[in-house]
Formats: sequence, C-alpha cells, structure tokens
Amino acid sequence: MLRVDSIQRGIVLDHIQPGTGFSIFERLGLREADYSVALLMNVPSTKMGRKDMIKIAEALDLDLTMLGLLDPNITVNYIEGGKVVRKVKLGLPERVEGILRCKNPRCITSAEPYAPAKFSLVDRDKKEYACFYCGERLQA
Amino acid sequence: MASLKARPRHFVDALDFSTEEYRALISLAHDIMDAPARWQDVCAGKVMVTLFYEPSTRTRLSFEAAMQRLGGRVLTVADPATSSAAKGEGLADAIRTVCAYSDIVVLRHPKEGAARLAALYASVPLINAGDGAREHPTQTLTDLCTIQSFKGRLEELSVALCGDLKYGRTVHSLIKALACFPGIDLILISPVELRLPEAVKEEVRALNPGITWWETADLEGGLARADVLYMTRIQRERFFNEEDYLRLRDSFVLTPDRLVQAKKDLIVMHPLPRVVEIHPAVDDDPRAVYFQQARLGMFVRMALVTYLLGVRPC
Ligand SMILES: [Zn+2]
Repeated sequence: MLRVDSIQRGIVLDHIQPGTGFSIFERLGLREADYSVALLMNVPSTKMGRKDMIKIAEALDLDLTMLGLLDPNITVNYIEGGKVVRKVKLGLPERVEGILRCKNPRCITSAEPYAPAKFSLVDRDKKEYACFYCGERLQA
Repeated sequence: MASLKARPRHFVDALDFSTEEYRALISLAHDIMDAPARWQDVCAGKVMVTLFYEPSTRTRLSFEAAMQRLGGRVLTVADPATSSAAKGEGLADAIRTVCAYSDIVVLRHPKEGAARLAALYASVPLINAGDGAREHPTQTLTDLCTIQSFKGRLEELSVALCGDLKYGRTVHSLIKALACFPGIDLILISPVELRLPEAVKEEVRALNPGITWWETADLEGGLARADVLYMTRIQRERFFNEEDYLRLRDSFVLTPDRLVQAKKDLIVMHPLPRVVEIHPAVDDDPRAVYFQQARLGMFVRMALVTYLLGVRPC
C-alpha cells in the first residue's frame, strides 16, 4: 500500500466520501498551502470499503464548519505530538452563510445579488435548509 | 457615532413579537382609540417615510393616517421602483439613504423576504407593509386586535378560516400568530386544491403541538361552531380552468343564508378588499365587522409606531 508518513501536529480529515476528496481539498484552498498536505484517494476502509483522506501538517485553525455541508460524514482528527488529541464528527452545520444560493425566483436575493445568502438547518434527516429571507427550502 | 447607537427594533415578521407584546400593543391601540386627543402630538417633529415598491393605496393610507394622527409628518417616495431602482440602486442603499432622513420607515416590496434584507441595513425602525407572498405582519396585528376587541380574548376560540388557504399570506401569518395563544381550535374551510400547505402546518405544530384543526370543504358545516370567521378571496389565477374556478368560487361565498346556522356572537372578518366572497347583504348583519376591522388597523398602526419610536403622551 501507498505510504504516507503520519504527522506530528495538524489535522487529518478522515472518512471522506471517495471521489470528493479533491473538491474538499480545493474548497479549503489547500492548493495555496505552504505546509505539507497529503490528499489520499480510494484508501481501503473497514467502515466504508473505500474512502478519501486529507492530512494537513501544522495547520490547526482551519475553518471546518462549512465542510459538514460538503460531506457531513467526515471525521476531523486533531493531532498533537503524533497522537490524536481530539476527534470531531462534522455533521451538518446549523447555519450556512455564503455557500448556498436560494432557488426561489420570487426571493429578494434573486433581485439583489449583494444580499448575504443565509440559511438555517430545518430538517437534519432530509438535509433541508431554509432561506433566511423567503423561507424557501433547499436540500444540501 | 453610529456604532454607539443601539440597534433599532423592527417589525418584519408576524412572529417578531411575543404574545405578551401582542397583548401590550393591542391594549395600547385601545388606549389610543379611547382618548385620541392625548396622542395627537406624541410624534411631533418625527418623520415617517413610506417606501412602496408596489402600489397598495389602502395600506399606505392606513400608515399615513396613523402617523398624521400622532402629529408626525410623512414623506412618500413616489414610485421608487421606477425612480431609484431603475437607476440600478439596490434596496440596501435606498434604505440607508431613506433612514438618514427619517425616524421610521414603512416598506412594501414585491419580492419575498425584502423586508428582512432591508432590516439588515436600516438604522431606524422598519415596518414591513408586505413583502411578496411572504409577510404582512401589520395585517396580522390588526386581525388579532379585532378578535380581542369583539371577543374580549385571544384564547379558547374556534377560528374558521375560509377561502384560499394555500397562497393567502394573511392567513398563514394569522394562523401562526394564533397558534401562540392557548386553546385555539382552527377550522380550515377551502377547496381541496387550496388547502393549507404542509409546510405551514409543520410550523404551526412546532409553535403549538397541542393545537387542533379540522379541514373541510363545507362552508356552512364548518361555520356552525366557529367564534370567528375569517374570509379571504379566491383568485381566478389559482385555477387551471374557468369552470373549476366558478364552481368553487360559489361554494365559498358567504351569504345571509349560510349564516343562519352560525353562532349569534360570531364575528365575520375580512382583510379587504372584498370582491365577491362576501355577499353585500351580509354587510348589514351585526356579526360583520370587516369595516370596523379596517378602522382598527389604523389604531393598531398608531400603537405600533409609538411603540417602535418609544414615545408616550406626557
Ligand atoms: Zn430565498
């Protein structure tokens, strides 16, 4: 198997849906990173069969809240001194600003493009968000 | 300078106010109605701007009459949709500009959620006078005030709502506001095609899990045990064909005959304008209160303006 050194300090994004690792890599702006980053694709997984992973050395302060929207099943492992010190299951964020866009043509955001897009989670099981302005529901 | 100012209170959504605030506002409206002379100068020196991106003479007049009776002045932006908006000015900039000249702003806009966007930028209190199919909270406040005035209470009531329950925004707001009071039993009278949407039912259940409702397409039957009947218009454009429209429209028209079985102390309300859904012969029935409801609407808006501006008679 492909061998990537374990990191001493940083973040490991685990259990990424196979095939979506690259788009998450892009979303996090890791292309511009000046620290070591490893993107692993189609890693064998006992839980998922296959999975993607991202290992980021040194950075501990990435904003990962929006990551839950892209893939709510991701596990975030915080590593210090070569050990996992904290494990976070992402899940869907309660509030999303900026990423989603309302599809209701009668919504004010369709007429005023500068309006800050804001959504709040209304149904976790159905992955449904409601537009702050018009209340229209949208599936994440 | 601006950063030191507290954020103003707005009235954008019918649920922005708690039931206590609703009660306080309604009682304030009654105080004003009982002694209007005491309130005639409380807004002296204050300016209201009415910014209507779609025409609604009735609503605008109601706000302007309210402000004038409080001794304030009103500036009306003539047709902002064809003046500033046509030059490409966004709503946010229009609101910031208008707030610089006024103490309170009344906004009506055809897009859903416009008032929520405007409230993000408003530095003075903003009142939503209708934004698309979404909200018309001062109508809801008027409706609650009417029920309190004629029934003496806002709880333990059977409230029948008749007509277009699918698209009617005043109905949705009123149902949600009523759901916040205890002991409300709803009777939802509409054609099957225009029933209350599932999403609104969910919201109502979330507000009050104990609320009960009964759906029927029979106006006379539904009316029998109601304390309040709220009539709304059924619009032609909601139907695919003319026959369906005509057939259904006539089943949901209130006539003196259909009121025979109703309670003697029923009140019949309507947000107006009425088209054909209430027969003119009903107007003389003492149970018809829709024109009084319109007058109450002005006192309610006076109460709202004084509340948001924090002014009282000395
Ligand atoms: Zn929207």
